[in-house]
Amino acid sequence: MSINPDATIMDEPTRAAQVDKPVSSHTAAASLSAAEKSTRLNSPTVIDIENVDFHYGANKALHGIHFPIREKLVTAFIGPSGCGKSTLLRCLNRMNDLIDGTRVSAGSIKISGVDIYHPSVDVIELRKRVGMVFQKSNPFPKSVYENVVYGLRLQGVNDKVRLDEAVERSLRGAALWEEVRDRLHTSALGLSGGQQQRLCIARAIAVEPEIILMDEPCSALDPIATVKVEELIHQLKQNYTIVIVTHNMQQAGRCSDITAFFYMGRLIEIDATEKIFTNPSQKQTEDYISGRFG
Amino acid sequence: MSASNPITNEANVLRGMDFSRKLRWRIVFSRAMDIFVGLVTFAALIPLVSVLYMVAMRGAGNFRWSMLWELPPAAGTDGGGFGNALVGTLILVSIGTLVSVPIGILTAIFLTEYSLGSKSARLIRFCAKILSGLPSILAGVFIFGVLVATTKTFSVLAGGLALGILMLPIIILATEEALLRVPGFLREGSLALGASRTQTVLRITLPAAGSTIITGVMLAVARAAGETAPIIFTALFTSYWISSLHEPTASMAVLIYNFSSVPYDNMVNMAWSASFVLIVIVLVTNIISHLVANRSK
Repeated sequence: MSINPDATIMDEPTRAAQVDKPVSSHTAAASLSAAEKSTRLNSPTVIDIENVDFHYGANKALHGIHFPIREKLVTAFIGPSGCGKSTLLRCLNRMNDLIDGTRVSAGSIKISGVDIYHPSVDVIELRKRVGMVFQKSNPFPKSVYENVVYGLRLQGVNDKVRLDEAVERSLRGAALWEEVRDRLHTSALGLSGGQQQRLCIARAIAVEPEIILMDEPCSALDPIATVKVEELIHQLKQNYTIVIVTHNMQQAGRCSDITAFFYMGRLIEIDATEKIFTNPSQKQTEDYISGRFG
Repeated sequence: MSASNPITNEANVLRGMDFSRKLRWRIVFSRAMDIFVGLVTFAALIPLVSVLYMVAMRGAGNFRWSMLWELPPAAGTDGGGFGNALVGTLILVSIGTLVSVPIGILTAIFLTEYSLGSKSARLIRFCAKILSGLPSILAGVFIFGVLVATTKTFSVLAGGLALGILMLPIIILATEEALLRVPGFLREGSLALGASRTQTVLRITLPAAGSTIITGVMLAVARAAGETAPIIFTALFTSYWISSLHEPTASMAVLIYNFSSVPYDNMVNMAWSASFVLIVIVLVTNIISHLVANRSK
């Protein structure tokens, strides 16, 4: 069922031409011409997902998934529960390794050309490059400050000046600085749900990853907190490649550039978000988008 | 209520009556259960409170502060105390704790963090559960065979090890429980930031489970402090101060056991006082552990 993504997104132009291209902010993107927009959607590939099969024990959860994820764009994975979108997301930083009996049984996933399932790959190094934000906000039972610097301390950074600087930068980056600057040393568990989730984003960007994976980051948040996180996603894509799994199709529509629709462990369609939501080429996608199932 | 259809109307009324009768029965039943549960709780407290009351009355009544630092009296004489037994118990429990806490906590970490659900983990957990039901005298007999019979001497060390064996399963099971209660999403969060498994255990899981682990350790300490049977077989008893780990020592529990069965009033009274002091020690350790646990939160 999966269609060749390279056919739907325009052919990838030479990378050299793309690297220096200034990244547009969200508001600027809205006023771009169609031609500019499509060039933007063809930024260089960061993650190559190539014919990936994935098994939970004897259950095959992913069937021949094949598409590229492009740099500094927001790619949304949508689809009904159990369609494999979270499984695929967790393959990208090998979080599935933690579950016994799971394996990528065919194909490969390459980040910047390196097969991340190759035995020589250091998982810890991989997870530093590919940050993750979870469905349920999971701040550590420590102070706000210690939450943000956790990843840096793991890497052996203990220089106070560097840590202070990273805390401010990351919290500003997660649009949380103004709200917590006076309570950096109080417990992170005292923050509201939305603040906790933004703290988790700050924690992820503190280690300066290249890619941020978000597994339904707003599903436990109220509408106001959701808006804040979505605004944050728009800002973050200037510097990071973002992959977001969401159940909320409006959300995918609002904050992603490219949308991939999964069904029963298969990629049904991937295209520019605008196209998926206005004129999908597959009937199943259209049925799902228009709420006929899922 | 519409009067246009008398049949339906009547049915409604009947159903309503039925409902209210059921509701009233439910309220009565609920009240009765409240009272019953209260009474059962009260009954469970009777033996507990009466033991405490008896020990407090008879123990505190005869208590003199000098008992805490004097040696036990000779048979039939007045005065004296249980200073050597107090020191002995503290040392025995300390040895037991030093042996069982590191092994117990590391075992629990292995069970929950490194091999959850594996065959070896299940086997170890099964053994720990069996060991936790081990009659304490068997721990004493075991150490007697291993250490006392081979070195030909009763010793503090042997007593401490026997207590360590008793404490071990309590600590393993309590720590395992505490670690399992740390939500998995905290571990995931740590691993996703590039932490190794060991870093996650040291920085996230153990601190998060810390207060519960301390409670478990204190429970084990309290149990060990009151054990008599394993000590009789290993550390025996003396009427003198402890001077080496390779000698027998007095302990509170054995002193209580010995003195409570002699025909001299002074010694019997001293057994009561020693019981009282032992209970106070256990109480104080518990209070301290709660304070520590609450502060670390």
